[in-house]
Amino acid sequence: MEKTQILVIGRHTEILATVVRLVNNNPDWNATGCLSDEEAIAAFHSQDFKVVLLGGGVDEISEGKLNEYFYTQKPDIKIVQHFGGGSGLLSAEIFEALGR
Amino acid sequence: MAQTILHKANTRGHADHGWLHSYQSFSFAGYYNPQRMNFGALRVLNDDTVDPGMGFGKHPHDNMEIISIPLEGGLEHKDSMNNVAVIKNGDIQAMSAGTGIFHSEYNFDRSSEVKFLQIWIYPNKRNVEPRYDQISLNLEDRHNKLQQVLSPNADDAGVSIHQDAWFHLGKFDKGLSNEYTIKKEGNGVYAFVLNGEVIINGETLSSRDALGIWDTDKFIIEAGTDAEFLLIDVPMKF
Repeated sequence: MEKTQILVIGRHTEILATVVRLVNNNPDWNATGCLSDEEAIAAFHSQDFKVVLLGGGVDEISEGKLNEYFYTQKPDIKIVQHFGGGSGLLSAEIFEALGR
Repeated sequence: MAQTILHKANTRGHADHGWLHSYQSFSFAGYYNPQRMNFGALRVLNDDTVDPGMGFGKHPHDNMEIISIPLEGGLEHKDSMNNVAVIKNGDIQAMSAGTGIFHSEYNFDRSSEVKFLQIWIYPNKRNVEPRYDQISLNLEDRHNKLQQVLSPNADDAGVSIHQDAWFHLGKFDKGLSNEYTIKKEGNGVYAFVLNGEVIINGETLSSRDALGIWDTDKFIIEAGTDAEFLLIDVPMKF
């Protein structure tokens, strides 16, 4: 089965790495982590992402800019403000976004 | 008209990791129930028991208000802000993860279990500077009355967090009742019974049962037996 592609954006290197690792613990998911808006926008075109997780340190200006860009490019994308870092919330938030 | 939701103890998620037994009131880690995602700004209420000397290794958090309330034993905390502390029954710990922190939590005792509540509240402000606080409470201040242990205000009783939330602990003798006034318009209360029997809004709750109540400004809480409980007063929209 093709893996669900998930784009993770966060400003904290270690937390981003942890979130990516935790997402990838699910064999059906594949995470791509990006530290900057520019990196995320570039990566957005590299895969058929289903979910974007906006993580720690992404401020409201960046969030607005990224939301507008991603929704314009792909109106059915699910964008989730991920709270909690590498945490117990991750799977539930992704399942919610995927509508399971 | 008050709205309520009943969460019986045996409907919670359960994780058995050998060293950790966790009962989860809301979806957490491997437990996913779309009907149990949160109660307003309350996102996590885990009822954890950790084996002697075991615990949660170093791991990160961001943008979450994390509260620990030990019920038995001692919990050793270390974090990336250089805080090292042991909290025990009668203490409360609050941590604002904000822009990001790493921490670990271990059972300080090498011979007995630690039992504690782990509570996560969505913050009302993102990317704040991380901070840590813990205080020791006077257990007598909750005997037959409500003891405020958390609020949004640093100069108020208890620890403070970045959310319009208030926590109260009560230890009531059988038959005692008390009216609780919800602290802020739009807030609701998640009442969690620690032990004994409590009656709220005609609903009898046993140990580890919970009742969420909202769309009201006050309610009566009555002890059906000697009982201890926690009231979590949080915004329903945030």
